[in-house]
Amino acid sequence: MSAHDHGHDHDHGSGSHGTMGSYMIGFGLSVLLTAIPFWLVMNQTFANPQVTAFVIMGFAMVQIIVHMIYFLHMNTRSEGGWSMMALLFTLVLVVITLSGSMWVMYHLNNNMMPHMEHDMSQMP
Amino acid sequence: MSPHPASENSGIWKLIFGRLDWSSLPLHEPIVVGTFVMVALGGAVVLGLITKYRLWGMLWRDWFTTVDHKRIGIMYMVLGLIMFLRGFADAIMMRLQQAMAFNGSEGYLNSHHYDQIFTAHGVIMIFFVAMPMITGIMNYIVPLQIGARDVSFPFLNNFSFWMTTAGAIIVMMSLFVGEFARTGWLAYPPLSGIAYSPGVGVDYYIWGLQIAGIGTLLSGVNLIATIVKMRAPGMTMMKLPIFTWTSLCANILIVAAFPVLTAVLALLSLDRYVGTAFFTNDMGGNPMMYVNLIWIWGHPEVYILILPLFGVFSEVTSTFSSKRLFGYSSMVYATIVIALLSYLVWLHHFFTMGSGASVNSFFGITTMVISIPTGAKLFNWLFTMYRGRIRYELPMMWTVAFMLTFTVGGMTGVLLAVPPADFVLHNSLFLIAHFHNVIIGGVLFGLFAAINYWWPKAFGFRLETTWGKRSFWLWVVGFWVAFMPLYVLGLMGVTRRMRVFDDPSLQIWFQIAALGAVMIAGGIACMLIQFAVSIKNRDQLRDTTGDPWDGRTLEWATSSPPPDYNFAFTPVIHDGDAWADMKKRGYERPLTGYAPIHMPSNTGTGIIIAGLSVAFSVGMIWYMWWLAGLSFVAILAVAIGHTFNYKRDFTIPKDVVERTEGERSALLATQG
Repeated sequence: MSAHDHGHDHDHGSGSHGTMGSYMIGFGLSVLLTAIPFWLVMNQTFANPQVTAFVIMGFAMVQIIVHMIYFLHMNTRSEGGWSMMALLFTLVLVVITLSGSMWVMYHLNNNMMPHMEHDMSQMP
Repeated sequence: MSPHPASENSGIWKLIFGRLDWSSLPLHEPIVVGTFVMVALGGAVVLGLITKYRLWGMLWRDWFTTVDHKRIGIMYMVLGLIMFLRGFADAIMMRLQQAMAFNGSEGYLNSHHYDQIFTAHGVIMIFFVAMPMITGIMNYIVPLQIGARDVSFPFLNNFSFWMTTAGAIIVMMSLFVGEFARTGWLAYPPLSGIAYSPGVGVDYYIWGLQIAGIGTLLSGVNLIATIVKMRAPGMTMMKLPIFTWTSLCANILIVAAFPVLTAVLALLSLDRYVGTAFFTNDMGGNPMMYVNLIWIWGHPEVYILILPLFGVFSEVTSTFSSKRLFGYSSMVYATIVIALLSYLVWLHHFFTMGSGASVNSFFGITTMVISIPTGAKLFNWLFTMYRGRIRYELPMMWTVAFMLTFTVGGMTGVLLAVPPADFVLHNSLFLIAHFHNVIIGGVLFGLFAAINYWWPKAFGFRLETTWGKRSFWLWVVGFWVAFMPLYVLGLMGVTRRMRVFDDPSLQIWFQIAALGAVMIAGGIACMLIQFAVSIKNRDQLRDTTGDPWDGRTLEWATSSPPPDYNFAFTPVIHDGDAWADMKKRGYERPLTGYAPIHMPSNTGTGIIIAGLSVAFSVGMIWYMWWLAGLSFVAILAVAIGHTFNYKRDFTIPKDVVERTEGERSALLATQG
């Protein structure tokens, strides 16, 4: 049974589906945001691979936002605000998970692996 | 089992059967062989009876392929009950072993078998008892409470059920073919890595949970969509029945948390199958990351289990006190706060891993904070009862037992939240007693309250009370007798998962605990008798009104059991306790003006894909790569084929609706 059996379902505003133009913009941006990281790696633009990694992650994040806007048609009003709320909830949880894990693992490493080589070299 | 260098274990045999050979069958374990004989005989009898009475067609048409949320809910409950019996068998075997294994006695279980039992007990009780049962209750009740005809995605619902069942089948298979994990219920590496667990046990564990996890995740999506999109007109979020609210929060937690479990088990599988080093000791792997990730799933999981039952207790308390729930909105906010906070406490499961003072105190404090909204809920229930006209029917008895038991469990939980105390009590029997205190006292008692409360709705007759009360007292007293000794033992420093003991002074406590387990076994037996007696005397216990408890929410507005379409007319909601409000305003059931009703059609796709998933998992577990490959392709083919199935709905004609509703009118008329 789909929701249209219920008369109160009026969340599908006319603006929620994209136009040819908006899909093309989304497509163009996605291609661009994929091509640049490729080029960064192939061309070895940055000497430090860690910099490359972080830059790629930045592009990936922008890519996610592009997909959400142009392909998933998410905005603050879609689905009566539920999409936005779900997105915020997801963001909170992802931030908790990532930052929490990094914090926890950093402390574990610090406390449980107290620079063994260094300490050992000080041993008589 | 480790591969034996038998001649059959090479070449063509290996290509077909992977690492499966005759030594994989636990023929040297008399207990397992005996169990197998019993299960095989019992199964043969059941299958024979089904064949004799020609029930296969009925089962396939009306149950296995059904997309009706009510029938799927009942199937979830049956699955949970069957698995509960298996999980409890494991529990009583452990209790017996620990009561015996003193003074040089080895008990009756060898370590290989005992380690599988405690792992299987945890895995089965959480994933295949508690989860199916709460999903079953939510599936049955939520659409009725919001005045919907079904869930948002009926096929998905059927598919979810069968994937959960497939997971259960995979875990059960390990009892007779090969072995189960010997790692404890969360399978921490490095023990669960390929170096220390080279056998099939951990693979059974991984694939059982991964397959069942798909079902859990999809049913979460389904119920969220149902609650958000399919509420009856007028039912705003703050007019939702409280059980539906707690179900919504639990399902949001499912959707947010289960992908973490899937990911962490996928990483563990990569370590085991293709030699990556995510959680290994060497090559830069870090087993602590597994512990961290699995508890990011694991802590929300315990709130996934308890939140819907908090909803059940709220409904029961309000109904049997004949009062509106005290502090509805504080209950809703408490639920939301618990749902959010449940993501901020995971580290309290591994305080002792050495995160240091700042991390431990942060997570210790968040853990103590989460007890505040829980406490607020308890006061709300007490204030609901205060000056209420309380009827001590069975659901209410279970609820009061819950309040007393769960509060003690909650307090020992706050005690464990203090990191220095946890350093002493970590992994001791005190912890075991604590979480059984909240899971049995909260989740199980809640499920029993729910079963007694909604049984008349599901089957059209009440559960009989004499055997119900016997079951209640045996369970509640048995619980206290079984687990209080574990608190004592934990404080004396006894750790969990021990098979034999040196100190003879401890034995008496284990013997008391075993006595408690026997009492619980009596409680379970009484409950099964209660079901049987009730079915036998169903004509005396018949509920013709559809509202046997003077209920307050919409599910009591329709007949017991509800018709396929739930409501002939979608009700319009004006107040929180919708049905109590309708009764107060002198609601008259409309008797004319029925219209044809559009309904979803049954489909066998769910059970077929689930069956193929079992085959796929067997292929992966035993390294029968051809089987895994073939069944994976078949899964894709069936799934794509299903998209070409256009016979997805049908219409219940007007005269059928008229006849069904006419029968109800006649039944109601007999009431006078």
